[in-house]
Amino acid sequence: MSDNLITFANVSRFYGEVLGINNVSLSIPPGVTSLVGPNGSGKTTLMNLMTGLIRPTEGEIRVLGIAPNDPGRLCRAVGYCAQFDAFPKGLSGYQFVYSFLLMHGFEPAECGRRTLAALEMVGMMEARNRPVAAYSKGMRQRARLAQAIAHDPQVLVLDEPLNGLDPLARAEAIALFQQWGKAGKHVIVSSHILHEVDRISDQVILLSQGYVVAEGQIQSVRGEVKDQPMQILVRCSRPNQLAARLFIENHVVEAKLHTNGKEILLRTRDADGFYLLLNRIVLDSGIEVESVSPADDDVNSVYQYLIGGEGAAI
Amino acid sequence: MSLYLRQIGAVLRLEMRKTFLSRRGWWVYLLAFGPVFLTGMHWLIESARHGGRHSIGEDTLVFAGIFHFYYLRLGIFFGCVGVFSNLFRGEVLEKTLHYYYLTPLRREVLVAGKYLAGLLSATVLWVGSTAISFMLIGRHFGAAYNDYVFHGPGLGQLGSYCLVAALACAGYGAVFLMSGLFFRNPMIPAAVVMVWENINPFLPAFLKKISVIFYLKNLCPVEIPIPPPFNVMVIDADPAPFWVAVPGLLAVTLILLAYAALSARSTEIGYSE
Ligand SMILES: Nc1ncnc2c1ncn2[C@@H]1O[C@H](COP(=O)(O)OP(=O)(O)OP(=O)(O)O)[C@@H](O)[C@H]1O
Ligand SMILES: [Mg+2]
Repeated sequence: MSDNLITFANVSRFYGEVLGINNVSLSIPPGVTSLVGPNGSGKTTLMNLMTGLIRPTEGEIRVLGIAPNDPGRLCRAVGYCAQFDAFPKGLSGYQFVYSFLLMHGFEPAECGRRTLAALEMVGMMEARNRPVAAYSKGMRQRARLAQAIAHDPQVLVLDEPLNGLDPLARAEAIALFQQWGKAGKHVIVSSHILHEVDRISDQVILLSQGYVVAEGQIQSVRGEVKDQPMQILVRCSRPNQLAARLFIENHVVEAKLHTNGKEILLRTRDADGFYLLLNRIVLDSGIEVESVSPADDDVNSVYQYLIGGEGAAI
Repeated sequence: MSLYLRQIGAVLRLEMRKTFLSRRGWWVYLLAFGPVFLTGMHWLIESARHGGRHSIGEDTLVFAGIFHFYYLRLGIFFGCVGVFSNLFRGEVLEKTLHYYYLTPLRREVLVAGKYLAGLLSATVLWVGSTAISFMLIGRHFGAAYNDYVFHGPGLGQLGSYCLVAALACAGYGAVFLMSGLFFRNPMIPAAVVMVWENINPFLPAFLKKISVIFYLKNLCPVEIPIPPPFNVMVIDADPAPFWVAVPGLLAVTLILLAYAALSARSTEIGYSE
């Protein structure tokens, strides 16, 4: 068991009947790691598990060799900027960061020094003495980021840290993540959208409905995505003619005609190419297309959603 | 050890800042201010009338009644519901408890720190209110009352009332800190405990001892006569003497706190319904 990794071994977490994450095994090395998946895919669940806020229903988790039910050790190694945009009442930004640093047992002078350093890092020095209640959303986000990093943890877990930040603050935050990743820290960042974080990630973990659907370096994940055939449902006037044209162009992998004679289910490895080709065929042949829609709500469509249209650009 | 003390200090500091600023607790101040207002009015009215229609003895009996029926059974009781059940539950509602859970605080230390913070504010409030009301109720007798307080039994009584008020805060504080870990609606446990405390005189001796009132009512310096229909029904098990009552109450308090600390360890943070 390495002390340099965050490991999940067959971890499942259920909320009563509801699946949070299912049978996840991971081993996360230092560097920037992105957790990417649509709403409800289990990103926050995974983060809450590795920071000890919730416990797994099954399986075992180790963060740098530490069990998450040992807050005395874990919370010195881990900083977590959670998704909840809430603060204790009546504190300024400075007092907020300072108050929780005190609980680490640092001397007051040391807490003051660390508080200022953390606020400086996220660009909150000017607003530090104003009440948090008067902060904008982006400022609150940065104050929480400062709180998470103030004790200089080895592992930083950041749940949608770019939410609410303007482009400039976003760029600054991304630069910070990269800097920490290069410095050998674990930086774990979640996002809905892959291309928001893929440039900065050393590795990505794609989640869908509680499952890890792909994991690894960004290029290999993209490769995996490219190879997944995708199903598309087309309603049109002459589906058999359309199928014939598509086969001539040698583009689709498989085509199924629906018995109603109006629909055709196609499988392709290259959705973007398929759409271009479909346009051309429609122009050439005068086939009337009623609708075109992705036909699967499984992993493939999640890929398409996550990767977006320009997925192949890398 | 010094780390734990420093951590408790840090929790205390943050909690005090939040408690005194919290608008959620305005009605607790109102509860504590009520008897001060009444005894203050009593003083003003009696001073204006100049006519002494009653004696100091009667006023102290009235105070004993106020203390027993208002302070012990209502004011401090609900005051502690307000202060202590929000220590954890309030932070779950506001979604801020995870900040604590993400520091290297042992959960036991967190419970201790929060409890002490609640105890400090509740004690200041209720011992203060008790002392002020006590001083006001006979104020209109002027020098005679001063004499009663400083050269008679008054100071001793005041001391006992303050001690009982502080112990009540300690006991009910532990009860409601714990219930705040389990119940979303604080009024459900409050109602249960209220009923439990009020049927206490009719319970068998063993069950009586699991109570806050049981230990405190015998510490009150001035006895109030129990009205007829009830005095026969009361199974007056051996009234606890001072040296049993105080440690007994503290023991009940500690057991509740230990249980709260244990459940705080297994609490998860999801903030779900
Ligand atoms: N406290 C909870 N109680 C019940 N179900 C929960 C709870 N927290 C999460 N879930 C369920 O677990 C699944 C994963 O949720 P999770 O919050 O981890 O997703 P997420 O990827 O963070 O989503 P989002 O992008 O919306 O933040 C969802 O189906 C959700 O309904
Ligand atoms: Mg989430």
